[in-house]
Amino acid sequence: MSQLRFTKDHEWIRVDGVTATVGITTYAQGQLGDIVFVEVPAKGKALKAGGEAAVVESVKAASEVYAPASGEVTEGNAALPNAPETVNKDPQGAGWFFKMALSNPAELNGLMDQAAYDSYVASLGA
Amino acid sequence: MRYLPLNDANRADMLAAIGVKSVDDLFADIPAPAKAKAVFDLSNSMSEIEVERVLSNLAAKNLNASTAPSFLGAGNYRHHTPASLDYIIQRGEFLTAYTPYQPEISQGTLQAIYEFQTQVALITGMEVANASMYDGATACAEAAAMACRVVKRAKALMSGNVHPHYRDVTATAMRFMDIQVECLAPDPMGIEDLVGRIGSDLSCVIVQTPGFFGHLNDYTALAAACHAAGALLVVCVTEPVSLGLLKSPGAMGADIVVGEGQSIATPTCFGGPGVGLFATREKFIRQMPGRVAGETVDENGRRGWVLTLSTREQHIRREKATSNICTNSGLIALAFSVHMTLLGEAGFRRLAELNHAHAALLADKLEQIKGVKILPGTFFNEFAVQLSKPAAGVVETLAQRKILGGVPASRFYPTYPELENVLLLTATEMNSEGDINALAVALKEVLS
Amino acid sequence: MNEPMITTSGHRALQIEQPLIFELDTGGSTAVDLPDPPKVRMRLGNLRNDKAIGLPGLSEPEVVRHYTRLSQKNYSIDTGFYPLGSCTMKHNPRLNEKMARLPGFADIHPFQPQSTAQGAYELMDTLAHWLKTLTGMPAVAMSPAAGAHGELCGLMCIRSAHDANGQGSRKLVLVPESAHGTNPATAALCGYRVESIPANAAGRVDVAALKAKLGPEVAAVMITNPNTCGLFETECIEIAKAVHAAGAYFYMDGANFNALVGRVRIADLGVDAMHINLHKTFSTPHGGGGPGAGPTVLSAALAAFVPVPFVVHDTKGYGVVEHAGHGAAKQSFGRMKGFQGQFGVFVRALSYILAMGVDGLKQASGDAVLNANYLRAKLSAELTPAFDGICMHEVVFDDGFLKNTGVSTLDVAKALIDEGFHPMTMYFPLVVHGALLMEPTETESKATLDQFIASMLALARRAKQGDQAEWFKAAPRLAPRRRLDETQAARKPVLRWKPSEATQAAAARQAAE
Repeated sequence: MSQLRFTKDHEWIRVDGVTATVGITTYAQGQLGDIVFVEVPAKGKALKAGGEAAVVESVKAASEVYAPASGEVTEGNAALPNAPETVNKDPQGAGWFFKMALSNPAELNGLMDQAAYDSYVASLGA
Repeated sequence: MRYLPLNDANRADMLAAIGVKSVDDLFADIPAPAKAKAVFDLSNSMSEIEVERVLSNLAAKNLNASTAPSFLGAGNYRHHTPASLDYIIQRGEFLTAYTPYQPEISQGTLQAIYEFQTQVALITGMEVANASMYDGATACAEAAAMACRVVKRAKALMSGNVHPHYRDVTATAMRFMDIQVECLAPDPMGIEDLVGRIGSDLSCVIVQTPGFFGHLNDYTALAAACHAAGALLVVCVTEPVSLGLLKSPGAMGADIVVGEGQSIATPTCFGGPGVGLFATREKFIRQMPGRVAGETVDENGRRGWVLTLSTREQHIRREKATSNICTNSGLIALAFSVHMTLLGEAGFRRLAELNHAHAALLADKLEQIKGVKILPGTFFNEFAVQLSKPAAGVVETLAQRKILGGVPASRFYPTYPELENVLLLTATEMNSEGDINALAVALKEVLS
Repeated sequence: MNEPMITTSGHRALQIEQPLIFELDTGGSTAVDLPDPPKVRMRLGNLRNDKAIGLPGLSEPEVVRHYTRLSQKNYSIDTGFYPLGSCTMKHNPRLNEKMARLPGFADIHPFQPQSTAQGAYELMDTLAHWLKTLTGMPAVAMSPAAGAHGELCGLMCIRSAHDANGQGSRKLVLVPESAHGTNPATAALCGYRVESIPANAAGRVDVAALKAKLGPEVAAVMITNPNTCGLFETECIEIAKAVHAAGAYFYMDGANFNALVGRVRIADLGVDAMHINLHKTFSTPHGGGGPGAGPTVLSAALAAFVPVPFVVHDTKGYGVVEHAGHGAAKQSFGRMKGFQGQFGVFVRALSYILAMGVDGLKQASGDAVLNANYLRAKLSAELTPAFDGICMHEVVFDDGFLKNTGVSTLDVAKALIDEGFHPMTMYFPLVVHGALLMEPTETESKATLDQFIASMLALARRAKQGDQAEWFKAAPRLAPRRRLDETQAARKPVLRWKPSEATQAAAARQAAE
């Protein structure tokens, strides 16, 4: 049974058994606008919760994507660098950034669920 | 004051609209005690005639190369400026335009930058180039920093044949970035071993062609050795006219080529402003410093250009930017590009041939003088000679005879006594055979 | 309104479409006739290249027309008004250009004997004297090439001073949120970490928040004054005292020094270092992106670390110190720039300074501030000023007046292009929502400002009608190009012209033969 969690920096993480998939939220891609460049981490890269994991850029903004939890990258989304617009089209599906093996799944307890994230976004205003 | 359009009636109307009594009231936020100290012993405004008189008097104190044959180089070269070049860069729409951040009303500057980038890439033999850096020396420092970002190592090796100002600017910048630079001793005979010094901790090797003392080296093997060690090869070019005749750094396998475009763009102008050239491989463009123009289309599908990849730059990336550069050398880059366009392939090659022929002629003449030994075996338009006397004194004596007879190496290397008698001499298309004979005659007398 | 007319040529009267020089190649032509080289023994070794480079060949009339047509697609200060906040686009007197082209300045070499360049060193020394006197500072580094380079010079002096005083462990630079991007970028290049200082409701540095961050880790504080909101930092002197008490140095970003010239000396504000953008404050042309010059004035505490080269003089005349590490440059931190700095820019700046004189410079800062406040007063009828009260040389509005209109700051800026004006600075400073930052400078007449005000107010009123978003999104309509696709440019970068595949194949065949 998969569970979806969110960070205050607008990453989402979906856990399926032992691996987790990470991306940026629909709200985040909307704030960035047309995404022109994505850099995903290489397989084997060690990530620390809250540490820099990937880069996403629009024409006028650049932003880090932070690891929602600690672990090791098992796969970067190889399709994204050549088709960064996928993040705009399907941010929480085909626009995923990387998959990782979690080293401390308990860290997920500190993240928001869908309802909490929705009210967090609403609190940010237009 | 002729540069200020407001008159007192305007000022009174505007103050009334604002609702204050005087202009001084608009400066009320500045602490009064500090303002009270703002008293200056400086001159008041001058007419155009007076300014011309003051500055012309200063200019007249300098011995300039239009009245004295000049054989000076060392990274700053005197070439002919076609009349249409200066006309074009003085057009107000180029001269007085801002950075082209509003592409709809800046297509002239943007297209010119795109053409400049293409020309720089072509002559250096590289895939892409940026819109310019301040000068060759700062471009060299930027290249070292970029190599460290790309390779993720914090050490650079610099040849003793790199211009000493490029060396100093790079070493200074790297010291503050906590990057180690090993700078080799000056190498007037061109015998240093670079390949043997390449280690797995090195981000890049920095070399120059033609070398500071004139040597022409093929860096193809060095490039291969760098790549085998996971390092990059950075090649500096201080005299880009040489690229009209010589194998390009790109053809040798360079990863980053930097250079000074002054020689093609502007008069010598006491060394500034010049224009830094910066070219690299396409795969490194996101680590490249500086602005870059790219092609796109407008809403009607018409081709146009914009500044692009801006997320590398300070106004977006702030402390994570690839460089802090903002203002670059746009107008000098335009001058470079206009001159390259005027020359074209045939003119560029001819200019290079003419330079080399004049320098070879100079070498032929000087070789016959007792007390002069040409140091490099190969050269383009500049070479080092070993004199029988200290070069600085020789140059002073020649200057008294109204000949600007070269640059003494001691000006750059005061702590190397073995370079005391070494003189750098340049001949370009501007040096007539008469100039060359005059120098040969004078040098013979001074050395005898 | 009629549909735009389609022409066979693609040209539209004075707006001429112009191909790239590479597409105009006539093969083998040149616009520069050079003599045949004398016959000599070549000394190129095996480095001679005989392969074609791929440069196009054109005749002189074709080249002149090419660039003249390109120039006509540019906005410029000679042709119109640039209310570009923080950029100081003022008139560039042609006298400056004429002076820089005197052979005694243009045709001299950085390494000719110092005895033969006395006038050049005297010019640099005279300009340095003006800059030191106007700021009240004891020293100036002349060689930085531009503003950001001057910032780097100041921070390098600061880090050198800390190192010399055994304070090398200071690794933090504090920068306001509203700062130019160059400030944090520069601090990072100088090996520093950056933390930001918040602004208060009045648009100034939150002094309490700044003081709370000061400590033994802080190397310097970088503050722009007047700040990027166009406001004087009223607590500047108190900030300087607190910074010094904490053992740190006060760097003032001099991008906006043009508001203060002749009005206050920055030495009297407690500043340790400040760069001066000669291409802004002292009228040297911006040239479509540069060159500039960023001389950096230094306090007594930092003066010893000044980079080489610097001019010195004694009874015998002028000379230049070119080597760090000994003599007068014993503590110099090194070199930042090749040769003698941006000499051609120095000539132009001094030409302007002499023309203006200290009386004219004071009048200029007064008129610049007057013009900005006039814009503020008049535009407040429809726009929303971000802050109350008088401003300095520039005024910032937020996008409050566009709320619920569907029109953005960018749309207003693009509509301004059709009105014949260059857009104002947009979305900067970051602390003001949808910022519109306007700097008129002292070289605009009241008539020009009134025209601009009329256009700006009309656009604001149009936006407020509520149903005009589409009209705004389609602007500009009358410029040489409509809005350009920046997303495509960044996604698939095309940074140079390349010959078509057919041409490449033909060239390869030719090379093989």
